[in-house]
Amino acid sequence: MPITTAFETKIEHISILDDKGNFDEKLGKGLIPDADLVKLYEAMVACRHLDEVAFRLQRSGRMGTYPQNMGQEATSLGAAYVLRKDDWLVTCYRENCGLFWRGVPKEAILLHWMGDERGNAMPRPHFATPIAVPLGTQMLHAAGLTLAAKYRGLDRIACTFFGDGASSEGDFHEACNFASTLEIPVVFVLQNNFWAISTPSTRNSAAPTFAQRGLSYGMPCLQVDGNDLFATVYATKLASEYTRKTNKPYFIEMVTYRLGDHTTADDAKRYREQAEVDMWKGRDPIMRIKNFMIARKLWDETKEAALLERVAVENSEAVARAENIATPHHDEFFDAMYEVLPADLVIQRDTMHTHSLGQDPSQLPAEARERAAQMSAAAANHH
Amino acid sequence: MANLNLVQAINLALIQEMEKNDGIVLLGEDIGVNGGVFRVTEGLQKRFGNARVFDTPLAESGIIGLSIGMAMGGLHPVPEIQFDGFLGPAYDQLVSHAARMRSRTRGAYTVPMTVRVPVGGGIHAPELHSESPEAIYAHTPGLKVVMPSSPYDAKGLLVACLREPDPVIFFEPKRIYRAIREEVPEDEYTLPLGKARVVCEGTELTIVSWGASVVQCMQAIEKSERSIELIDLRTIYPFDVDAVAESVSKTGRCVIVHEAPLTCGFGAEISARIMERCFLQLEAPVQRVAGFDTTMPYYKMELEYLPDAPRVSRAIEDCLAY
Repeated sequence: MPITTAFETKIEHISILDDKGNFDEKLGKGLIPDADLVKLYEAMVACRHLDEVAFRLQRSGRMGTYPQNMGQEATSLGAAYVLRKDDWLVTCYRENCGLFWRGVPKEAILLHWMGDERGNAMPRPHFATPIAVPLGTQMLHAAGLTLAAKYRGLDRIACTFFGDGASSEGDFHEACNFASTLEIPVVFVLQNNFWAISTPSTRNSAAPTFAQRGLSYGMPCLQVDGNDLFATVYATKLASEYTRKTNKPYFIEMVTYRLGDHTTADDAKRYREQAEVDMWKGRDPIMRIKNFMIARKLWDETKEAALLERVAVENSEAVARAENIATPHHDEFFDAMYEVLPADLVIQRDTMHTHSLGQDPSQLPAEARERAAQMSAAAANHH
Repeated sequence: MANLNLVQAINLALIQEMEKNDGIVLLGEDIGVNGGVFRVTEGLQKRFGNARVFDTPLAESGIIGLSIGMAMGGLHPVPEIQFDGFLGPAYDQLVSHAARMRSRTRGAYTVPMTVRVPVGGGIHAPELHSESPEAIYAHTPGLKVVMPSSPYDAKGLLVACLREPDPVIFFEPKRIYRAIREEVPEDEYTLPLGKARVVCEGTELTIVSWGASVVQCMQAIEKSERSIELIDLRTIYPFDVDAVAESVSKTGRCVIVHEAPLTCGFGAEISARIMERCFLQLEAPVQRVAGFDTTMPYYKMELEYLPDAPRVSRAIEDCLAY
């Protein structure tokens, strides 16, 4: 018997506006109206500025560990720009730009990293799930959210973001497999930023592209220049239209680069060369759009100066809102454990300044019993 | 009123609640056409259609992760994990997401779902099909953990779970799936989560147990001439400490019986609570009849591992003689 070909394919790479300023008119013309391009650029500048602000807040002790988004602004922004306002955005933690475009308040993200769960209380109308911390788990939620929408007859898809590192997790495989076999309309966006803390992307996949990971699930796969806003918009458009029409998932690899450290607790100099970082600085997504707009007379340095001034004010207002939020009462973390707090938890809450015997002081000696009762009364006072 | 076994009672509860609430969606491995390996979901796909009862790929983390998204999206998914030993792959999704979602979003997102899991030993099953992991999940803040011991309780508790706004793991003791039949009302009723049941009243000693072990306890009590009170927890978390404390305060003696390993089994928590609540009333140390801190043996030796009526009887005797 002759050997036949069971399956054959290729992975396409899309680049529309490259780092030299070359623009593919065929793919890019009319893709983003000028007025929108200005707004998108402003959004990236604002996000980058907030990154710098957050970095300084962390260094001055006003914020905990923070992961900078620097360099990856065009990935989630391109997607959020294309998606409908009620499509789910299910993200990891380096998609601030897309989340802000969707309308998630900046202070929500800041609060999360300031150690305050109220930052995760994403307003429901934004259809954006809270930052997911364990890597690679949220893509399954995207599938579930969309399945629920589909079940209810809603025309809604999800776009979920994760990194090259997260694609090594088992849940990544399960999410891709569930979405494709159960026909759930999810756009999977793998942000290949080359580094998972200190682990290079070559340790997370030995294949020539991450895009081809999607092949084994029967998904259409595409690789795009993730630092090219035009390309991320183009890819998301293609993917979301396909997904919406077919109820089937789509896989995009956005090739980008993490310009900053993994988080403020990391020092990337320990494991990567400055020359590599410098090379990627030359491919910066923001600079690319700025030069493009200047060349097309959409932008100039006067506008830039005004923008920076405005962004500084807006971001410091966001920081103020995050920092000025009233401190929760001392036992606030009990409140949202269950819809109705079990009786035992009510007792733990109301006796939190004492010990387990104090939770039922009937067996304590008289003096200790009285002290426990007083402490509990004081603790429970505000409920 | 019908004479049903536990499998039938659960099937009936699912049917009745699915008819009331179209947000209830069942998913899992082999639950559709096949009706589940224990036939608990028998006939449900035919009755409610493929969108409401569907088979998934073979991946437990995927099943729970998908269910979490469905719950966040407004449904009440009922994922089935085929066997207790297969909860392992789903652990991350259960503990890192399902249990924490309400708390970490301060109520903005919730995960109302009922995870059904056949649990425990005694059916001559292969490896990893006979585990008792309830304490692990009782130790996870944000989850509720339920384990019925009879068809009547199974229906009432499951209906309550299906109306719960928070994630519940509903453990179904497979050893008594078909071992007991009793009258189960067709009419709607619920049993509140977090409330134990006094199976039989007594004055000299309290036994606390749950799941299939309750049956072993009953056998031991029937053989004893002493006045023994049996408490079936029904819900492991929230734990009905009041019911236990009230009973032990009355009897002064307590034996706890469970299949799970002794160390850090839920019996350890109960014992600690009894000390805190009933120390002055205790006439004897709290005793435990439990599985051992060994790997659950293959079925040839499983009856040596599982607490049985003779072991419970000895504990009763020794505790009363103290």
